Amino acid sequence: MLQIKNISKTFNAGTVNEKQALKNVSLTLENGDFVTVIGGNGAGKSTMLNAIAGVWPVDEGQIMIDGQDVTKLPEYKRAIFLGRVFQDPMNGTAATMGIEENLALALRRGNPRTLKKGIRSNEREAYKEALAKLGLGLEDRLTSKVGLLSGGQRQALTLLMATLKKPKLLLLDEHTAALDPKTAAKVLETTDMIVNRDKLTTLMITHNMRDAIAHGNRLIMMMDGHIILDIKGEEKKHLTVEDLLHKFEEVSGEEFASDKAILG
Amino acid sequence: MNILNLFNALPGAVAQGLIWGIMAIGVYITFRILDIADLTVDGTLCTGGAVCIMMMQSGQNVWVALLGALLAGAAAGMVTGLLYTFMGIPAILSGILTQLGLYSINLKIMGKANQAINVDKFDLLVSLRYIKGVPFYKNTILIVAVVIVILIGVLYWFFGTELGCSLRATGCNDNMARAQGINTNFNKVLGLMLSNALVALSGALLGQYQGFADVNMGRGAIVIGLAAVIIGEAVFGRIFHNFALRLLAVGFGSIIYYFVLQIVIWMGIDTDLLKLLSAAVVAIFLAIPTWKSRYFSKPVSRGGAKNAAD
Repeated sequence: MLQIKNISKTFNAGTVNEKQALKNVSLTLENGDFVTVIGGNGAGKSTMLNAIAGVWPVDEGQIMIDGQDVTKLPEYKRAIFLGRVFQDPMNGTAATMGIEENLALALRRGNPRTLKKGIRSNEREAYKEALAKLGLGLEDRLTSKVGLLSGGQRQALTLLMATLKKPKLLLLDEHTAALDPKTAAKVLETTDMIVNRDKLTTLMITHNMRDAIAHGNRLIMMMDGHIILDIKGEEKKHLTVEDLLHKFEEVSGEEFASDKAILG
Repeated sequence: MNILNLFNALPGAVAQGLIWGIMAIGVYITFRILDIADLTVDGTLCTGGAVCIMMMQSGQNVWVALLGALLAGAAAGMVTGLLYTFMGIPAILSGILTQLGLYSINLKIMGKANQAINVDKFDLLVSLRYIKGVPFYKNTILIVAVVIVILIGVLYWFFGTELGCSLRATGCNDNMARAQGINTNFNKVLGLMLSNALVALSGALLGQYQGFADVNMGRGAIVIGLAAVIIGEAVFGRIFHNFALRLLAVGFGSIIYYFVLQIVIWMGIDTDLLKLLSAAVVAIFLAIPTWKSRYFSKPVSRGGAKNAAD
């Protein structure tokens, strides 16, 4: 579904702030893979997701989605293939527009924007149904402005928008990191529900090792712009936090310093 | 300070307020919907007036001349849009560059610093002579009011379409818009074209109304436009929630601005100070949201889990 071949990205090249955020990263995702991505700050996790999403062009390498080379496509054209949820709940929705208007924008992802009505009345039933499944009572607030919703509600809505039109690949960039633990758990539960129901190929970044172990069928760890661990299949199923820390020390030759990643 | 003088001046204030109201609706599109302060309008207003008057002088029908002004405005908006998106120049600077360039272009369109058009020799749509003592269907206030209602109707329809919704999303959150497959650069250019087309239309009507186009007629137009937007929101913001009504509020805001201006003039203020006064009023109104959040709200903690983790 997704093939990344030897991509590299350097920010602020030629200045004192030069930072090589991705170094020759390659990754292949099979159809239906749910991959969790962990790593400390500056490991290159978000950079990898942004490279796939096309926020900026990569310096080297190739990105293929569903057999199509998207390396040179601008961000808005790649959106046809992608559903995205960001870390900041403010980022994924248009605050001054209504819930139904946001959903209507998402439903038209990948279609040209024409002079037809922005929302057709027969769409509203489908929106109500989809919102009801989130269990947040949003189905009765179709015309409410999204800016009035809580962070958790906005994240759940963004998740729904990202998957309303089935994406080839779902990119979740620490989408629960800005939420309180209870809300984060609820949004993760919703994520599992949607990903399993629609059998979505998913890349989910998380700061939390337990979440990374509990979710998905494959786990990768990044450090310093490289993928340093890739655990899948049976091994992933039986993985524990201790195993992971042990493996990390083995691969990197240093102790895992960031307790945040454990305690998250 | 004869109160009759003030009353006599009010219909003119309404007419001028309405004409500038079209301009203010254009400003609303960039300032509120696209979230860009577009300074092109200071130049575009004159471009609209100049194109309209020169086309009419060369024998064109008034409607054709208005259309010409509209297209010229859209072209100016496109230049700013391309400077902003294609060339990556900050929006404010893009507007200033286009505005400066337009000064020369406006001079070239008119051939000199100003061009007059005689209401007796040309069949004008609006004029300060058509305020009193003309049949109602020729009354400038009525005609401009009808034009505004039609424009609001068209804009209401447009911003409800898929394209219009995507333009609103672009202004509200362009990260989200791109993630939803919206070509945000195209939309920004389109919004700037639409806005400047309206401003030029306003300039074309203003040129006819006052009987001449002048290369300085647009100086400070952005401030008047912003004042109308802000006054409209302050006065009607709590009762007008529908999008069409909010555009109407901008039109009303413009009329209120010209009412207040007439009163201030009637009270005998030095007219040289008017622009300073306008600038000060707009500055204070723009500061209100900041002051509100800084001095009149309780601190709210955001992103607790994230801050705790970092």
